[in-house]
Amino acid sequence: MKRPDSKLNETEVKQNGDAGGQLSVFTNVHTAAGSPEKRLLSAFKKDTNPGKAYLAGREYYSEDGKTFELRLVRRIKQQLSADPTTRPEYPSPLGLTEFTRRATEVALGKSSRAIVEERVLGVQTPGFTAAVRLGAELLRNWYDHCAAWCGPVYLSSPCDDSLAGIFQAAGIQDIREYYYWDDQQRGVCLDKLLEDLEKAPERSVVVLSASAHYPTGADLSHNQWAVITELIMRRRLFPFLLLPPQALCYGNVEREAWPVQYCASQGMELLCAQSFSHCFGLYGEAVGHLLCVLKQNSLLLSVQSQAATIVKSLWAQPSAGGANIVATVLSNPAHVVEWKEEVKHIVERCMLIRELLRERLRLLGAPGCWDRLTQQSGLYCNTGLNEDQVEFLSQRRHVYLLPSGCLNVSAINGRNLDYIAESIHRALTTSL
Amino acid sequence: MSVFGEVALAAPVAVFKLSQDFNNDQFPNKVNLGVGAYRTDEGKPWVLPVVKKVEKVIVHDDSLNHEYLPILGLPEFRSSASKIALGEDSPAIQENRVGAVQCLGGTGALKMGAEFLRRFYNGNNNTNTPVYVSSPTWENHNAVFANAGFDDVRPYKYWDAENRGLDLAGFLGDLESCPAHSIFVLHACAHNPTGTDPTQEQWQLIAEVMMRRQLFVFFDSAYQGFASGNLDKDAWAVRYFVSMGFEMFCAQSFSKNFGLYNERVGNLTIVARDADNLKRVLSQMEKIVRTTWSNPPSQGARIVAVTLTSPELFSEWKDNVKTMADRVLLMRAQLKAKLQALGTAGTWDHITEQIGMFSFTGLNPKQVEYMVKERHIYLMASGRINMCGLTSKNIDYVAESIHETVTNVQ
Repeated sequence: MKRPDSKLNETEVKQNGDAGGQLSVFTNVHTAAGSPEKRLLSAFKKDTNPGKAYLAGREYYSEDGKTFELRLVRRIKQQLSADPTTRPEYPSPLGLTEFTRRATEVALGKSSRAIVEERVLGVQTPGFTAAVRLGAELLRNWYDHCAAWCGPVYLSSPCDDSLAGIFQAAGIQDIREYYYWDDQQRGVCLDKLLEDLEKAPERSVVVLSASAHYPTGADLSHNQWAVITELIMRRRLFPFLLLPPQALCYGNVEREAWPVQYCASQGMELLCAQSFSHCFGLYGEAVGHLLCVLKQNSLLLSVQSQAATIVKSLWAQPSAGGANIVATVLSNPAHVVEWKEEVKHIVERCMLIRELLRERLRLLGAPGCWDRLTQQSGLYCNTGLNEDQVEFLSQRRHVYLLPSGCLNVSAINGRNLDYIAESIHRALTTSL
Repeated sequence: MSVFGEVALAAPVAVFKLSQDFNNDQFPNKVNLGVGAYRTDEGKPWVLPVVKKVEKVIVHDDSLNHEYLPILGLPEFRSSASKIALGEDSPAIQENRVGAVQCLGGTGALKMGAEFLRRFYNGNNNTNTPVYVSSPTWENHNAVFANAGFDDVRPYKYWDAENRGLDLAGFLGDLESCPAHSIFVLHACAHNPTGTDPTQEQWQLIAEVMMRRQLFVFFDSAYQGFASGNLDKDAWAVRYFVSMGFEMFCAQSFSKNFGLYNERVGNLTIVARDADNLKRVLSQMEKIVRTTWSNPPSQGARIVAVTLTSPELFSEWKDNVKTMADRVLLMRAQLKAKLQALGTAGTWDHITEQIGMFSFTGLNPKQVEYMVKERHIYLMASGRINMCGLTSKNIDYVAESIHETVTNVQ
């Protein structure tokens, strides 16, 4: 019998790989290109400068620079761990009923007609990515089934760079972009957006950020939503809404879910991927939700059964822990009040950081108008820095932004604010 | 007009339907032998004492950060989980050619392995590579591999219904005649649903053919420790294959042996020829994970990691596992004894020869129907029972029912 050899010299081996069974079956596997985010984080970790700052993370960081647990969440975790009635059993593939019920209400509002008419499907998923993936698989398998639909899916430019991969992994290869962020205007360019969607083939899926657009932080106004949804309905496109850090923009759950509620109120069918990581500080717990609003309640059972079938070949059942916590909070009015208070502090801190940053930059005389910093809200903002300037920041000042010039405001705190403001100023004024 | 207008109602999954029917049954002495989880002698689910203890430790630990886990999962979990499968002193681990991906349960691990193989094994995106699953096998195996894009998922001979044992000749025959580079899904121990595992000598024969014909080894290990009560014994087949020089995947589930069904704790262990190959494989795995769930949940993985890396807790866990395995062995012994005492027609040695949670009783569909309808004892149409559904309170009733069924229904 053969024993494993020490490292093989692969260049000596033929392409069809049959060197007496000693060649690895993985020989032809190439190293995957790392995502830009991964390379950035890797560079940051290697950076030995004591003043370094990482402003490209996805989590909310508190003033001491760490992700943290909401006090309420901590208490509930302790309560749940002492609860003698917890049953270690497989949950349903669709997740905890109490969780999906509350998650649905949070997105659509308790009195939503769609809920009352029982044409809403809610599926608990292990996180936000999983919710998008499930939605993508549902579309690929069942969207306009007889027409064998296979795309296209339209993503905003820019968007989270993992989105395209998720749809492709689900088997939808035709991914396109629609115009969103305009560098000159430093905001959303509605005209160009509408132009792109007007050209989209019928039955295209359009992925739209309901709030807290990643990575720009630039959201659509109510008027813009009205115009866009009118186009979507007229052109027979399908909306897939993203609601990741709900409640972290304005501290107001309902306000951030407005676009979802508006679309539903227009009688549209839609998918919506939600995450509860941010607004509950449950990053490690993978708490996500996929919402599906249908036109007819006669379809609910079928779509539900197919969603369950898809789930069974992906992860079988979602994990209970985090969803339990969210359900416990949302189904108790006193907890909800306390939760909203804690979230409010997070939101206020982000606003404060934005104001302070704006002031510092103004005082330094940094070129450009910085009002947009306080006009937007939420975790992310676009500084307007170009690629060269972003690189300057990381190489020379050890301040790491996303390549698009966007940054996570919560990573700025009392200790690094001055240095970061100074660094941005230098990036803008140093000739590169 | 809805865009989902053509969506058909999916067929209900048999085991869930069985549970539903059981729940709706009003008969006071009804018994559920279709359940797929461990039950105590009181018929209740069991939170392992060590898990309860560790949960408290975790919840009061102020030093834990609450960030997203790395895409590949909690490092301590991945390495300790792989060690459990391959052995503390595994040469492959020492040679740095073992890696792992934390996944959403055993299903998630199978899914990640399947997605990787479909993309990178036997060429690029070769959806024609045959994937062989045992006949019979866990009903979800087919769906996971098919959904990962494999066009050709086929059965390999395994269960000999007539002799109520392993069809070794058939199995070896399929190994000899299958297309080269085929993928074989092997049950590491406690075969689901038959409870019939190859002996060590039989595993050696299977390994010899697989090595010679360059077939890919994909172990499904959902019951380590649970089968015999001994972790090392239950891992013998996996470790043997590693020692023979195979590259392989091993999908591990900690749902049963930790009672963490609802926390979805799984691990895909990867054994490669060398560290360089391993590194490249893991880099591609990360991309696949990134588009499925991105960051796995931490709770269950933390519980397992803390337990496995503390000698005291590890010892306590092994005791808890043995408690579960011993109860199953006791029920097996008692059921067989009672059937023999009743003089029930046929041989019942297979009840104690089979191992793990499940037993293929040998009851035919008509007999199963009789058991369900007349005796209110719920089992799968295949004749599969979950030994955990037996308790000291219902075992007499079950034994009598089997006796009556076999006597009256052919």
